[in-house]
Amino acid sequence: MNTTWSRFNIVSLVLGFAFLYLPIVLLVVYSFNESRLVTVWAGFSTKWYVSLFNNQPFIDAAWVTIRVGLISATVATVLGTLGALAMTRYTRFRGRLLFSAMIYAPLVMPEVITGLSMLLLFVAIGFDRGIWTMVLAHITFSMCFVAVVVQSRLVTFDRSLEEAAMDLGATPVTTFFRITLPVILPAVVSGWMLAFTLSIDDLVISSFTSGPGATTLPMRIYSQVRLGVTPEINAACTILIAIVAVGVIIASIANKRREVQKARDEQAAARN
Amino acid sequence: MKSLGSFRRKFAPWNDPEAKPFIAIENVTKKFADFTAVDDLSLNIYNREFFALLGASGCGKSTLLRMLAGFEEPTAGRIQIDGQDMRGIPPYKRPVNMMFQSYALFPHMTVEGNIAFGLKQDGMQKGDIEARVAEMLKLVKLERFAKRKPHQLSGGQRQRVALARAVAKRPKVLLLDEPLGALDKKLREETQFELMDLQMKLGLTFVVVTHDQEEAMTMADRIAVMDKGKVMQVATPAEVYEAPNSKFVADFIGNVNMFEGTTAAVGNGKIDIAVAPENLTIRTEASRSCTIGQPVGFAIRPEKIRISRKQPADSSINSAYGEMWDIAYFGDMTVFHVKLESGRIIKAASLNAVRTVEEPLGYDDMVWVNFDTDAGIVLTA
Repeated sequence: MNTTWSRFNIVSLVLGFAFLYLPIVLLVVYSFNESRLVTVWAGFSTKWYVSLFNNQPFIDAAWVTIRVGLISATVATVLGTLGALAMTRYTRFRGRLLFSAMIYAPLVMPEVITGLSMLLLFVAIGFDRGIWTMVLAHITFSMCFVAVVVQSRLVTFDRSLEEAAMDLGATPVTTFFRITLPVILPAVVSGWMLAFTLSIDDLVISSFTSGPGATTLPMRIYSQVRLGVTPEINAACTILIAIVAVGVIIASIANKRREVQKARDEQAAARN
Repeated sequence: MKSLGSFRRKFAPWNDPEAKPFIAIENVTKKFADFTAVDDLSLNIYNREFFALLGASGCGKSTLLRMLAGFEEPTAGRIQIDGQDMRGIPPYKRPVNMMFQSYALFPHMTVEGNIAFGLKQDGMQKGDIEARVAEMLKLVKLERFAKRKPHQLSGGQRQRVALARAVAKRPKVLLLDEPLGALDKKLREETQFELMDLQMKLGLTFVVVTHDQEEAMTMADRIAVMDKGKVMQVATPAEVYEAPNSKFVADFIGNVNMFEGTTAAVGNGKIDIAVAPENLTIRTEASRSCTIGQPVGFAIRPEKIRISRKQPADSSINSAYGEMWDIAYFGDMTVFHVKLESGRIIKAASLNAVRTVEEPLGYDDMVWVNFDTDAGIVLTA
């Protein structure tokens, strides 16, 4: 492996990262701007954060976002996991190909179409739009992602674990909750986190399916920006970035630790 | 304590017409779509027997084991365990436990947790579970590893945990799917005897599936040799080796020289077989009734063939002359490949009973091979 840094490598690395992160860095830096004008630096200040927490519509929108995220991610995880189980377990049922294609289709469906079709459905059946229609819509698109994540874990799942449990006297239900679920739990949790993340930053589908009084944070930010970007929005975005970044960092550290520990354990086991 | 052999010598319930089989497999067929894995198979297994299902992969032995465990339902036929019809009884209600080839240890539970799992399903008292787990850990000598997770154990230790977990519930029958398949040779040999010891101690019926004939011969009271979903022969290891009932079994178990010929003379309890291309006459005990001119097979094990530079006294029967073609030295014994004029290779094995031989047989020696009239066996199937 080439370990020396050529000038070309350095330049391409710097350009690549700049392309990815410069906009975000700018956003974060300007959230600490004293000035009301977004593009003019007038000194360091945290006043926009203070004013953000006094901005009731923003706080309300944040709560709506979190509620929609929690409910939809949880329901989507249950449904997605069941779907993944059905797809990996009953490999020989008729129409399986159609079924799996139908689970994958929403992954590549343009959001506008998903949102519009949900809107038409809610109008047709006379379902008043609000937080619950939004929750339903979020479940619909995020359960497919959960199904894909969980399915990839189930493919490598050793079925003899379940057989062993049943052989030892566990009923199928006990087997699922005591053996299958604990073993695939990391995949189910990442499925949930993915669904939650997708839900909290969705704008298009939310816009189509929400009603009066149910505005999510992305919708609020978007509508504010149309009236002009304020440092307050920068502050809100910075907080969102911080939350996501901390989550990602914790998850990857925990993952890395587990792997290192497992490798160490296996080496120790091989020695004795 | 009495030795294992003292029990084993007397143990032969299959010869007792009064004995009731513990596991009765009656005309069982299992089909997967258009593939027949088990084909109209009948088999009786007796209480406390160590029974081996031996066969190449795809012969249906694992499918049969899975039907005993309840993971597969027979397409036709009946399985009875301890007098109870097993049709429609799910795995979790059967009086059998299984040790899986992959061990199938629960990765999220400790060694203790794995062993206790089955006991918890039975609703056993906490104190009783702890006592039983401790007993099982002692049985497989894993007391020090009780709190470890499966990935913190070596292969041999995992195998013991799997075994302890499977016998913890004191099942009537223990099913073992290639129990030693994942262990290295040395460990496998040790473990074979441990398994036999354990089976005797606990007084269980063992049904083991294996493709390793040495393993089956060492451990089992009886072996069922399987091919294409059918049982070819059920007998003790010695019978299967010394008195195979077909060319398939003779060829499958151990090393063998197989001749094809026609009976030339029958009488005096002997049969003469003419083997055409080598112009050989084989005179052997008439273990099967034959008529003159009938095409038959003749099987003889390499260790029952003598090899020498000297011409035998009567070289008209059971003798052949040829060139030393290959020598395989195993330490304990040497297998010589002798090439006859016709091109046929005859394998002859001799025990290396002394450390040095004055004039050892070498490559390019011309040698005689010969054998006694009771050394081989006539096969008509």
